[in-house]
Amino acid sequence: MYPIKQKRQLAENILLMKVQAPKIAAKRKAGQFVILRVNETGERFPLTIADADPAAGTITIIFQVAGRSTRALAALNEGEGILDVVGPLGKPTHIEKFGHVVCIGGGVGIAPVYPIICAMKAAGNRVTSIISARNKSLLILEEEMRAHSDELKVATDDGSTGFKGFPTHLLQQMADAKERVDLVVAVGPVPMMRAVCQLTKQLGIRTMVSLNPIMVDGTGMCGGCRVTVGGKTRFVCVDGPEFDGHAVDFEELIKRLKTYAVHERAALDHVCKMEGQAK
Amino acid sequence: MSDTPETKAKRPGRHPMPEQKPLERVKNFQEVPFGYTPETAVAEAQRCLQCKNAPCRKGCPVEVKIPEFIRLIKEGNFAAANRLIKEDNALPAVCGRVCPQEDQCEQVCLLAKKGEPVAIGRLERFAADYGLGEVEKVKVIVAPATGKRVAVVGAGPAGLTCAGDLALMGHSVTIFEAFHKAGGVLVYGIPEFRLPKAIVQSEVEALQRLGVDIQLNAVIGKIDTIDELLEQGFDAVFIGSGAGLPNFMGIPGENLGGVYSANEYLTRSNLMKAYRFPEYDTPIIRGKRVVVIGGGNVAMDAARTALRLGAEQVALAYRRSREEMPARREETHHAEEEGVRFELLTAPVEVLGDEKGFVRALRCQRMKLGEPDSSGRRRPIPIEGSEFDMEVDTVIVAIGNTPNPLIGATTPDLKVGKHGTIETEAATGQTSKPRVFAGGDIVTGAATVISAMGAGKRAARAIHAMLMTKGG
Ligand SMILES: Cc1cc2nc3c(=O)[nH]c(=O)nc-3n(C[C@H](O)[C@H](O)[C@H](O)COP(=O)(O)OP(=O)(O)OC[C@H]3O[C@@H](n4cnc5c(N)ncnc54)[C@H](O)[C@@H]3O)c2cc1C
Ligand SMILES: Cc1cc2nc3c(=O)[nH]c(=O)nc-3n(C[C@H](O)[C@H](O)[C@H](O)COP(=O)(O)OP(=O)(O)OC[C@H]3O[C@@H](n4cnc5c(N)ncnc54)[C@H](O)[C@@H]3O)c2cc1C
Ligand code: SF4
Ligand code: SF4
Ligand code: FES
Repeated sequence: MYPIKQKRQLAENILLMKVQAPKIAAKRKAGQFVILRVNETGERFPLTIADADPAAGTITIIFQVAGRSTRALAALNEGEGILDVVGPLGKPTHIEKFGHVVCIGGGVGIAPVYPIICAMKAAGNRVTSIISARNKSLLILEEEMRAHSDELKVATDDGSTGFKGFPTHLLQQMADAKERVDLVVAVGPVPMMRAVCQLTKQLGIRTMVSLNPIMVDGTGMCGGCRVTVGGKTRFVCVDGPEFDGHAVDFEELIKRLKTYAVHERAALDHVCKMEGQAK
Repeated sequence: MSDTPETKAKRPGRHPMPEQKPLERVKNFQEVPFGYTPETAVAEAQRCLQCKNAPCRKGCPVEVKIPEFIRLIKEGNFAAANRLIKEDNALPAVCGRVCPQEDQCEQVCLLAKKGEPVAIGRLERFAADYGLGEVEKVKVIVAPATGKRVAVVGAGPAGLTCAGDLALMGHSVTIFEAFHKAGGVLVYGIPEFRLPKAIVQSEVEALQRLGVDIQLNAVIGKIDTIDELLEQGFDAVFIGSGAGLPNFMGIPGENLGGVYSANEYLTRSNLMKAYRFPEYDTPIIRGKRVVVIGGGNVAMDAARTALRLGAEQVALAYRRSREEMPARREETHHAEEEGVRFELLTAPVEVLGDEKGFVRALRCQRMKLGEPDSSGRRRPIPIEGSEFDMEVDTVIVAIGNTPNPLIGATTPDLKVGKHGTIETEAATGQTSKPRVFAGGDIVTGAATVISAMGAGKRAARAIHAMLMTKGG
């Protein structure tokens, strides 16, 4: 059991949890993730380690309540425990002094970007962060991101806060203003990462993305997480999760993410039925 | 193993194994063979000639005392038979079920020459199953504590055996297992209908009663490296991390939705219990028309699982002929009985998809056999213009596994061969790194349960010898 030390709602449907996992907390590096199994009948699913406190022995996870597994996790309260947490998995983000790094986080993707900006900053980079969400109430970690960036830009689809539009618009504005950018890091929904990569390819800026395929083991033994990068099949859980965004086959990833769409609906129906019976 | 009709036995043949009927069993995940009754077991034991030089024993990789345990069964002393087997084989309930006996102990049984060999595997299974009910009563004698600590990486047959033997010798043993359950392939790969998980579980519990500490969710190379384990005060490390990395064919369309590695398919079904979705959360595609690529035990397990998940048609595409098929005869026999169609001399060239990115067909090519290759098997050669499409909605790739590179990559002074296997001294399992031993599939590449156990045993002996000499 991995006890939940703290639980906090960050936005509608987005929760933060601090989980007791001292060894992972001591070891993890920016860009790595854990795989969780909430209970005996649960599935294994990945979440990024958004932060860690080695002294307290906790890791922070931030997640969007999407389907059955994240719902089961969200139902746990402080003092209760997660059955299995394994990690730190994946390769850490490649951190060095690049110069000016622009880090883009979309939606719940802001969570994985947070440890990356901290590490990039610590390595002496100038960090501009762009965070975006559909609307103001869905925007998370604004304060934390501002505190650790040289500059923070905010975009919402509906303009309820910050710039009205997509993060790509803000990036385009920076290019128009002839701002030099040495590296872009983008994490978020696949269509967002794909759009960012299309733009940065035109602009000739190296871009790193963090991919989120469906996973089972997270150690390279099932191949379920495979994606095509530069024409080669790679396993995201061990070769990634970060890759050169200009080489990723996003179309394939989008299709593979839909593999269990029918099952996901069935699983939710099942949960609703069970909850209905319980009432 | 199957009772082939062509072996016309002059003397009474071996006793058939009672099992579920094919049409019934494809609808459930329960074990296929029921096991011998005590009466049948005694009768089968009576067939044994009690050969003085016991050729059967030399056919067994861990040299189970076969004539002796069979005699105990004949005498009705089932619990004693089980204890005797356990002196050489820590997991008889497993081996009695999954050993390729026809290539091992039973192949060299004296009776095999004259007719049908003694059903050694079935008798072993019988004694072991009887013994499972006895575990609580048997007092195991553990040697006095030595104060030495050993880390074992991986809770598969190799790791479990090594850990058990070391614990009996008085060492303090901790197993680190990547998954949330111990057992290795026995829990994630081999399906319930061939090896009930309760059996593996009771073996694991027996180990814990010996004082072995099992740390689950611990991926070595990530949470700790081998060097860190040594720094933390472990006096020796045994690596039994298996060959868990699935091979793909590298043909177009292999990343379409509905294309699985056998590892993923079987892990979803066995370990994660996707066959009980939605009661269990993990989903799996219940394909109606499934093709499995490969010809080994793994391919048979995947094909038979697909049937049980409700497939109407399951085909197996194998690029050589039946003679070259590496699967156990019992498995091919069971698979065919259940309705798996064998497409022999057939190799896939492309997976074709629909507009949504799901599999719609597998394009194959017929093959003919040429000269023997380096493995001694006749090499398949494509026949020009023989392409055809198999309409399917699920493709399962079962063309072999190689060792996971994680441990090699994080242990710089560990010598790793070109196929990713760890290099060791065969008799001891000693690796190129002092105090570090290895065995099982990580050393041999994908092999068998019993050979992995044999390696775990030899390593335990070598580790013990090392720890007990001065300076160990
Ligand atoms: C390396 C990695 C790190 C991740 N980090 C985070 C994180 O920090 N926070 C977070 O909220 N999520 C993260 N994810 C995504 C997270 O794993 C999924 O949201 C989760 O598995 C959904 O499970 P579910 O059963 O609740 O929903 P499901 O019922 O499985 O799915 C519900 C909806 O979510 C979509 N979905 C399913 N799996 C994924 C996926 N892997 N990625 C994106 N969408 C998916 C489905 O298409 C569906 O629309 C990460 C994924 C990976 C691979
Ligand atoms: C589907 C299938 C069917 C088979 N059928 C048969 C059969 O009928 N008869 C037969 O004799 N053999 C069969 N085999 C082969 C047999 O199962 C293997 O040869 C045997 O299990 C090897 O044992 P092992 O202990 O070396 O490795 P494994 O059983 O693979 O166990 C290795 C363990 O190590 C863990 N691990 C891996 N990396 C790490 C790490 N970095 N840190 C911590 N833990 C780690 C894994 O999670 C796993 O639990 C079959 C194999 C498969 C896949
Ligand atoms: S362990 Fe396997 S090979 Fe040895 S006697 Fe038992 S069934 Fe035969
Ligand atoms: S070789 Fe066969 S008949 Fe002879 S002792 Fe062994 S099992 Fe019995
Ligand atoms: S999740 Fe299984 S190989 Fe990556």
